[in-house]
Amino acid sequence: MTKPMDQILWQEIEPGGVITEPGNASCYHTGAWRSQKPKYDPDTCIKCWRCYIMCPDCAISPDYENNVFVWNFNYCKGCGICAYECPANAIVMEED
Amino acid sequence: MGQKVGIEVSIAAADAVGLCDVDVVAAYPITPQTHVVEHLAELCASGHLDAEFVPVESEHSAMSVCCGSAAAGARTFTATSAQGLALMAEIVYIASSMRLPMVMFLANRALSAPLSIWNDHSDTMMVRDCGWVQVFCQNGQEVYDSIFHAFKVSEDKRVSLPVMINVDGFALTHVIEPIEFWTKEMVKQYLPPFQPIHTLHPDKVVTMGAFGMPEIYTEAKKALDVALWNSGPVVVEAWNEMAKLTGRQYLPVEKYRTEEAETLILAMGSICETASLAVDEMRESGRKIGMINLRLWRPLPTEELIKALAGARDVIVLDRALTPGGANSPLTSEIRTLMYAEPNRPNIYCMVAGLGGRDVTPNDIKVMVDTALADKHTGHYIYGVRG
Repeated sequence: MTKPMDQILWQEIEPGGVITEPGNASCYHTGAWRSQKPKYDPDTCIKCWRCYIMCPDCAISPDYENNVFVWNFNYCKGCGICAYECPANAIVMEED
Repeated sequence: MGQKVGIEVSIAAADAVGLCDVDVVAAYPITPQTHVVEHLAELCASGHLDAEFVPVESEHSAMSVCCGSAAAGARTFTATSAQGLALMAEIVYIASSMRLPMVMFLANRALSAPLSIWNDHSDTMMVRDCGWVQVFCQNGQEVYDSIFHAFKVSEDKRVSLPVMINVDGFALTHVIEPIEFWTKEMVKQYLPPFQPIHTLHPDKVVTMGAFGMPEIYTEAKKALDVALWNSGPVVVEAWNEMAKLTGRQYLPVEKYRTEEAETLILAMGSICETASLAVDEMRESGRKIGMINLRLWRPLPTEELIKALAGARDVIVLDRALTPGGANSPLTSEIRTLMYAEPNRPNIYCMVAGLGGRDVTPNDIKVMVDTALADKHTGHYIYGVRG
């Protein structure tokens, strides 16, 4: 697994900054940028999947067993698109 | 050993690129580089060279194609000049930072305005900090030999950096000189096939040109700086190997009649041949003067330069570019910075000359030397300016 970016020494950088491990952007937790957090009410949710489709960070996924959606806060930047798109007002943004 | 023929330097350089069996040429014609690109187009069209010739719509695209081509593992060549380099500049920095091997023939020409197609070094100094290996040529044979050398250095895994060959526009590009050609066997012996460190290939997926957050940008730049410094010994090694093959020995710092010299002229490019004539004349009249030809501009051969300059009393730098509003012109600034910590540093004077194709004769060089020694100016001095 790739080291956190702020620990990589200059000697460890591949020539030209080439990334040899595909998908290692997932090691970078962009959720740290968040200032607002979505608050989700599963009872109001009509399971239309719109939040899942619209999330630009693929941070929302279905939990089939419990028939709800869950957020991965390692990557949710708190952009609020899910709350804006939700037709049932099941998601509201709160200060994080 | 190959044949010696009288040929225009640009055509010979294009022939050398052909002999290197280049895979991709992406270039846009611009005076005084045009003949290089035209001749390569001819070689491709006539079937003498099996290469992809990309007639791009601008220099920005030319350098972008070169980056893609080098990333795919193809031997890559481009050529440009002045405004073309200015348009390329954005991607020029990217090529080196991504460690993409390629060779650029830069026909040195003054930057506009006023619009000039003539020779000086303002174009190359604009991208001084681009992170490429940068060499200057004194004569046609050197330009021709530099093509093979540049590919060898650029593609060496210890280097993996683009190489820029600086060729004075018209003063070198358009003159006919006797040039000793290489044979195909010599090229085969000298230049191994290009085996890049990383390539764009579906079997081994990599990401090239990813962005760098503030946490990593400094480390990426440090890595480039070290890579460029480390290319120095490879540049010299490739010149030494060429000497064994051709009998012509090139050095990063070339000395001319410097024995017991109190005064040294330091310059880069074709002006060195003119300066050597001035040195001959001044030596005949008993003056202790010599000349230093700085062939390798990046990475700067610091140790060799310090050694060459430390014994002199006065150094007159012939600068072919102006730094308006700056402490001094580019070459002089560099030499002064380098010598600042030396206990026996010489006086270093700047003579800006030959801007926008203004002729510099051996007599001009003698006048410049005398003016600098009498004047002892500390800033830059624009030689021959009227008014």
